[in-house]
Amino acid sequence: MSAARPIYLDNAATSWPKPEVVTAAMIRCIDEAGGNPGRAGHRMSIAAGRIVAEARQAIADIFGVSDPLRIAFGPNGTEALNLALLGLLRAGDHVITSAMEHNSVMRPLRALESRGVALSVVPCSPSGELDLEALEAAIDSRTKLVVLTHASNVTGAVLPVARVGRLCRDRELLFLVDAAATAGAIPIDMNALCIDLLAFTGHKSLLGPTGTGGLVVGERVELASFEPLKRGGTGSRSDLERQPEFLPDVFESGTVNAVGLAGLAAAVRWILDRRVETIAEHHQQLRSFLCRGLDQIEGVRYLALGKGVPSAGTVSITFENLSPSEAGYRLDTEHDVLCRVGLHCAPVAHRTIGTFPHGTVRLSPGIFTTTDQLSAALKGIDALARSAR
Amino acid sequence: MTTEPYTVVLFHTSNHAFHAEMVLKKADIPCKLIPVPRHLSSDCGVCARVAAAQKSTVAALLERSKVTVAGLHDL
Repeated sequence: MSAARPIYLDNAATSWPKPEVVTAAMIRCIDEAGGNPGRAGHRMSIAAGRIVAEARQAIADIFGVSDPLRIAFGPNGTEALNLALLGLLRAGDHVITSAMEHNSVMRPLRALESRGVALSVVPCSPSGELDLEALEAAIDSRTKLVVLTHASNVTGAVLPVARVGRLCRDRELLFLVDAAATAGAIPIDMNALCIDLLAFTGHKSLLGPTGTGGLVVGERVELASFEPLKRGGTGSRSDLERQPEFLPDVFESGTVNAVGLAGLAAAVRWILDRRVETIAEHHQQLRSFLCRGLDQIEGVRYLALGKGVPSAGTVSITFENLSPSEAGYRLDTEHDVLCRVGLHCAPVAHRTIGTFPHGTVRLSPGIFTTTDQLSAALKGIDALARSAR
Repeated sequence: MTTEPYTVVLFHTSNHAFHAEMVLKKADIPCKLIPVPRHLSSDCGVCARVAAAQKSTVAALLERSKVTVAGLHDL
């Protein structure tokens, strides 16, 4: 990376840069596979269809999904979460979530609450420990689903999805996981973690382009009572005026983002070649480096995670005498450090960690971040802290 | 030109056809995606053409791979 490039610490919002193979695959898709996938029998349509199928296989491989056709693509993680929540929950049902969620979970849940779905929000400690006893106690005869973020987008704390998954299996509940903050950065095996529905976005740690994401629908999910968010052309059963009921078409009305999925498939293969476990280790090393540096800076606090709470790599900090918005602006303009400040679309998480309503400065390194860049960012943070004293 | 007898494998959706193609390729079974013959279905997408001799192998493999087959037609 050239010296002129900024120090990009906003990978939790969207990853940058992308592996070169991602750009190349997208250009190739536009140039050589410009047909509409699954809508015709000519060779350019077939070429586009193959790209979508390859993306489905790549996503299946990274999440341990045995049947790629159970993956429905959409524009992002938010739509996947909306599809699962609005599609499965009805008035009279009960749903459980945590106090660490992003608004992509909380907002659809609050809307469902106003339509007669009962909602329990289980507390979480500021350092990331989910109250598992409270979660179990919240289960009642109407409980249909538990939805949990795999990791907080604010603190990086990884929630105990394996234990909650096991509990859901034992209590015959569906388990929906929001993997926006972890897919590609932390190993996810849907079967091992007992996940029934996995919502993912392509443009964060999966390293694909924006406009890609989807929902993996596990075999315990009954399709007959799962309403799609939208209905329309699928290229299949064109003789019918009713929506087809089979996967993935039932949830994929309208032309899919083949160009984006070409990039996503290339990105996921790139990740799989390097192993998610190795990437996870890299994130841990960067986070430790960052925290050790922050420990030396007076006037800056970061949110430490509890003992045994793994991290997705993100660190949230606050300055003693500087608002997050001013700190973020000055890091950008004076020190070339790009990060996201404020509430990160997760007001409930900021309430949990005691930083509502001002929020924090979120530092999220990525796969291409170097310790030299982090050292430079720490210098900038130190300079800001000194100036505010 | 002589052509070997072939079987057309129909699917409910092209998504299944593309996945079937990947499964067959992995098993070294030659297959060609072609437009769905109008007299067999009104779908806008593609179906897979395989050698008629491999019809039962293909059917078994796709079933094992959880790819739903909508019909097999000898042509």
